[in-house]
Amino acid sequence: MAAPQFEVPKLTGNIEVPAVKEGASAHVRSYPANAVIQESIGFPGGAAPGELVEGWHDKAISKMGDLLGRYRSLQVFMDACVHCGACTDKCHYFLGTGDPKNMPVARQDLMRSVYRRHFTFAGKYFPSLVGAKDLTKEVLDDWYAYYYQCSECRRCSVYCPYGIDTAEVTMAGREILDTVGYGQKYTNEIIGKLHKIGNNLGLPGPALLDTLEGMEEDMLDATGVAVKLPLDVAGVEVLLVTPSADFFAEPHVESLMGYAKVFHAAGISWTLSTTASEAGNFGIFIGSYENMRRAAMRIREAALELGVKRIVVGECGHAWRVAYSFWNTLIGVGAGGEDPFSIELQKQLDPRYPAPQHICEFTLDLIKQGKLKFDKSLNDHRVVTFHDSCNVARGSRMGDIPGGQFIIPREVIKAVVNNYHDMAEETIGEGTYCCGGGGGILTDDLLEIRVKGALPRMEAFNNEVQENKVNFLALICAICKSQFTKVVPFYGFDMSMVGGVHQLVSTAILLENKEEE
Amino acid sequence: MSFLTVLYACIFYAATAMLVGGLAVKINRYARTPAPLKIPTTPAPTTTGGVVFRMAREVALFESLFKSNKWIWLFGWLFHVSLLLVTLRHLRYFTDPVWFWVVWAQPFGKYAGFAMVAGLGGLWARRFLVDRVRYISTPSDHLMLVLLLGIGLSGLGMSFVAHTDIVAVKEFFLGLMVFDLHPLPADPVLLVHLSLVALLMVIFPISKLLHAPGIFFSPTRNQTDDSRERRHIAPWATKFDVGSGSKSK
Repeated sequence: MAAPQFEVPKLTGNIEVPAVKEGASAHVRSYPANAVIQESIGFPGGAAPGELVEGWHDKAISKMGDLLGRYRSLQVFMDACVHCGACTDKCHYFLGTGDPKNMPVARQDLMRSVYRRHFTFAGKYFPSLVGAKDLTKEVLDDWYAYYYQCSECRRCSVYCPYGIDTAEVTMAGREILDTVGYGQKYTNEIIGKLHKIGNNLGLPGPALLDTLEGMEEDMLDATGVAVKLPLDVAGVEVLLVTPSADFFAEPHVESLMGYAKVFHAAGISWTLSTTASEAGNFGIFIGSYENMRRAAMRIREAALELGVKRIVVGECGHAWRVAYSFWNTLIGVGAGGEDPFSIELQKQLDPRYPAPQHICEFTLDLIKQGKLKFDKSLNDHRVVTFHDSCNVARGSRMGDIPGGQFIIPREVIKAVVNNYHDMAEETIGEGTYCCGGGGGILTDDLLEIRVKGALPRMEAFNNEVQENKVNFLALICAICKSQFTKVVPFYGFDMSMVGGVHQLVSTAILLENKEEE
Repeated sequence: MSFLTVLYACIFYAATAMLVGGLAVKINRYARTPAPLKIPTTPAPTTTGGVVFRMAREVALFESLFKSNKWIWLFGWLFHVSLLLVTLRHLRYFTDPVWFWVVWAQPFGKYAGFAMVAGLGGLWARRFLVDRVRYISTPSDHLMLVLLLGIGLSGLGMSFVAHTDIVAVKEFFLGLMVFDLHPLPADPVLLVHLSLVALLMVIFPISKLLHAPGIFFSPTRNQTDDSRERRHIAPWATKFDVGSGSKSK
């Protein structure tokens, strides 16, 4: 690996709050999107990447007004902050960089100062008193820098006395930037690929089929059992929607094989879909309801077309948030809808199971029914800890009790491994630190902020490595997997220490050859 | 009737109108703006009862702030609870006969003034002493604390140092409520106290003091976590459903 162009933080054994260093990460900016990328997802593009469209000032202000009227969260959050400081030491990007604009309140203030100037009495008449600012190109440049140094992990919202969620502000900021042609290349290109080809990696159907066949052969060689990875099979029980990284990237594929083995061992028919070959939904990252809905719609259509009874979502954090929290709203997957749109789907899906269901819920349910057999000692070379992915921990749930998302993955892990240790309590569960790569940050042009943002998680992980000889960081998010494999070497760890929960399941599960029915 | 009495009567009528009218406008806007997506911060309650309980804990105990920072919690909670006690005590100036529980709260309210000032002092000190909090503080953040400290100190001054003619003050406010003016004592400490209170009422609906109604409308705290059980859809979003893969209405 080439030497990084920035200083990698040293692990000290403690998560320390740095002194404020103004402008410390102002230079960290991702590549802006060009006009073609912008237009492919319904936004305008400027003359050159990052150049604003004509009339940008009024367009941006009018978009802000539109969003304030559309989202109660944004309207309330713009007004309710008292600058108490409760969030100032909660963001992993502030802890990693010391740049004060990475403190959640200051990140919000980038927008709040413009909101005050244009939408409030105090800001119109006493701007300097309340920190109100006109919207200038420099302000938008600041937005672009710092709204793309936020992983929308929502850790700050847990600690805010008013529940102010910076992710909502970041999303609005990015949507306004997109509206004036100042989009981010990484996220917007991926959304475009998803709309055009069906998944974030831009994998066409034949390539997908080829990959799956290759993996079936690998599993046959390794286990002697013919575990299948079905694609586009109609009339089966389960449609599995998983992040497309599971088809190609390491260690993601290990989890995909884990899911396949679970389905095989439980004897439940299932399929993947070429048109719904992506659980990830980057529409959420740019706050675009329309793009998010359009991306989710493929899943609804595939479910109807294939006639499945259940929809299960693979290991992906923000995908699970969109699926669990938003699919019912966006595409009627879930119960309780009384409109023709959702009734159509409810008639087809099996009401005994929640829709959608997380793969960990699915697997644990089978474990509890005694349908899966494991040899835990096959994982004895591993000492495991679990990272609660932010979108799962703070934006969604599993099971039927609050906090089920903290219990269920750990129960799955404990059913398949003998050696398990949790990281320090304040760094997991609802207070979990983000991997540093979520929310549209997972691009090489933002490597510096990714490495620095991972610092708090790395401290907690390192403490477990030192004290309990932990050598495996178990994950249920594709972005966490990609981020950590890239970032842990900067902190002196081997990337093979990173892997999925179903990778552990895959190692320990005992399989039999099943006759095709 | 003295000019002073008429002036303060006008000030309080205007301040009350601005407080009530301004809050009504803001609350109306919060209530009318849709919350298109389910965004409760987890672990979130799955029932309405659970949400009410969660909100009650937030409002009464500042639960999230407690998790966040013990110093801010201590000063913030001390200030707010003291302010509540002091305000309850002040009801005696607006009711005749005085309700029994206001009489009961009187001694607590009287000494809570000190705790209120102490809480405000702690919060203000943080704005100078903690570099992160110093960075985020605007002039209005400081002025708001100065205003509240001024109200607290002038009030304490009247309770413990230079008493004002409280019987006349009460007659003034009781009269104000039925549009029957009674003379207001021309006591400088009282006039400062009342002016600052009127100023607080005026800026309430145009300032960060909107956190008081805002907390009740915060979707991350007031939504039930039942997105798989109930379809939640905003009026502006329903239009997308029409004609996209299913029968339109």
